[in-house]
Amino acid sequence: MPLSVDDIVPKCREMRRDIIEMITAAGSGHPGGSLSAVELIAALYYRVMRHDPANPQWAARDRFILSKGHGCPTMYSAMARSGYFDPATLSSLRKMGSPLQGHPDRRFMPAVEASTGSLGNGLSIGIGIGHALKLDKTDARVWVMVGDGECQEGQIWEAAMYAGAHGLDNVTLIVDYNKKQLDDMVRNILPLDPLGGKFAAMNWHVMEIDGHNLHSVVEALEESRRIKGRPTAIIAHTITGKGVSFMENDPKWHGVAPTKDECTKALAEIGA
Amino acid sequence: MVREFTLGPATREAYAAALVELGRTNPNVVVIDADLSKSTYTAKFGKEFPDRFFNVGIAEANMVGIAGGLAHSGKIPFCSSFAAFMMCKAYDQIRIAVAYPKENVKIVTTHGGISLGEDGPSQMSIEDVALAATLPGFVVCVPADEAQTKDLVKRAAAHVGGVYIRAGRPKAPKIYDGGEFPFGKMRRLEDGKDLTIIANGLMVAEALKACDALRDDGIAARVLDGYSVKPLDVEAVERAAQETGALVVAEEHSRIGGLGAAVAQALAETTPAPMEQVAVQDTYAESATPAQLFEKYGLTWRHIVTAARKVLGRKGRRSGGDGAATATGPADAEPHPFEV
Repeated sequence: MPLSVDDIVPKCREMRRDIIEMITAAGSGHPGGSLSAVELIAALYYRVMRHDPANPQWAARDRFILSKGHGCPTMYSAMARSGYFDPATLSSLRKMGSPLQGHPDRRFMPAVEASTGSLGNGLSIGIGIGHALKLDKTDARVWVMVGDGECQEGQIWEAAMYAGAHGLDNVTLIVDYNKKQLDDMVRNILPLDPLGGKFAAMNWHVMEIDGHNLHSVVEALEESRRIKGRPTAIIAHTITGKGVSFMENDPKWHGVAPTKDECTKALAEIGA
Repeated sequence: MVREFTLGPATREAYAAALVELGRTNPNVVVIDADLSKSTYTAKFGKEFPDRFFNVGIAEANMVGIAGGLAHSGKIPFCSSFAAFMMCKAYDQIRIAVAYPKENVKIVTTHGGISLGEDGPSQMSIEDVALAATLPGFVVCVPADEAQTKDLVKRAAAHVGGVYIRAGRPKAPKIYDGGEFPFGKMRRLEDGKDLTIIANGLMVAEALKACDALRDDGIAARVLDGYSVKPLDVEAVERAAQETGALVVAEEHSRIGGLGAAVAQALAETTPAPMEQVAVQDTYAESATPAQLFEKYGLTWRHIVTAARKVLGRKGRRSGGDGAATATGPADAEPHPFEV
């Protein structure tokens, strides 16, 4: 059952707690880019995506590809909390034998639609799925999430040019534009702007939204369903580390796990 | 006297013909190319099945990712480009979108090796078999001629999992009238007790010519077609070592990481025996005719004969027998071009 926006709000807090607890327990991971994607992934799993956790191989399901695979704690939380697997499994992130690999891995979790972690791959895979869905005459959609730094990969632009030229309207790309990458601010490494303009020039329908405003997020995702003849790119402006004050806007938290004390502090801030 | 062969279609032509046949019987077969479909001949499939043919433009990385996505949704994508561009430009995508998630993608390349000739080393591929073989779970085949290519392409479609097939540009000597070429096997083309020559691709014809030349000198060579580099027919290699005691491996690829390396590994792990390689040395080639290149870079039947005599000398020395007396002289008369 799709949830109302109001009902997704507490789900976002739950996801943020899961993310902090999982990464703390694992002792490694990527909190910054996991927290920035919370509202985007929550809106997909709890409302917008057509999926059935009890039947993950359902042919008519929408497909979600987390191309920025390092943000997988967010997806794992959404999957567990929406019924794909027991939330108790979340604490096994990155541990030997866990289906929750450090980056998404279909071999261990077939409900994950793409094995990612080498940046730049997800949009092309999504396009292939989009083509196949059209060949099979299903109206299922493909939702691909990339990071902003990931848009420095050339393959993203090969894929963007292709999807635009072919008018693949069953593909929606969501850019988690949190302005940070591993080494520094994106603008200090290789600026992307005008990011939306680049996609628009390649025949994409482009929307720019506040990626933490659930109303905007849901509205944009649902609008993309209605766009015909063009793929949609949603440039979601987000904040790295969103929800934990000492992580927000600090590139340091791209790939560092919190200590136990930092975890306690973060959980207190996020609240119940 | 060495035998002569009738030239058949290039293995790339055979690939395209097999694709069209597959397209007629299997609606899940789809084909993707990156603006080389008139050279890989996949355009023939595109002409007959435009809805199942995707030309992505000059964008190999995107092509392989799309292939992974198509396979993810139940299609059987055949993804083609020149061997050099496919394996060197899109290796990360082959790894991430195909091999690692075990997607059912068939990577079939053309213009493998140096026999594409005049276009030169930027288009040539002497690394592709090594790159493909090191991908976990991948099947890797190098067919010799039309009949073998067609059979391997059909097997690839029936096999669930990643397959790499390397086809070539020039017309290929006709070796087979048809037949079955299962993955993981070698085909014995000649039998002999003195040494074994294992070859694949265009080197199969050269190996058979070398066998004739050696026979004229009283040397009986077993010839195996090692079309399946991975899985390798380790049992055939072991039998060759036990029954003939010396091997020459010939391939149109770098001597590092291809069929020769796989056979050497199998020998080391089973029955060690002296082995020589006829392959491209650790170097890039140049523009010229295929025949000139095979001569200069050491890939003719004469080079196989030289290697055979050399390995027979080593076999003789190793066993302390008299093989060395008959084998060392001629080898010195025709030094390997890269040992000069």
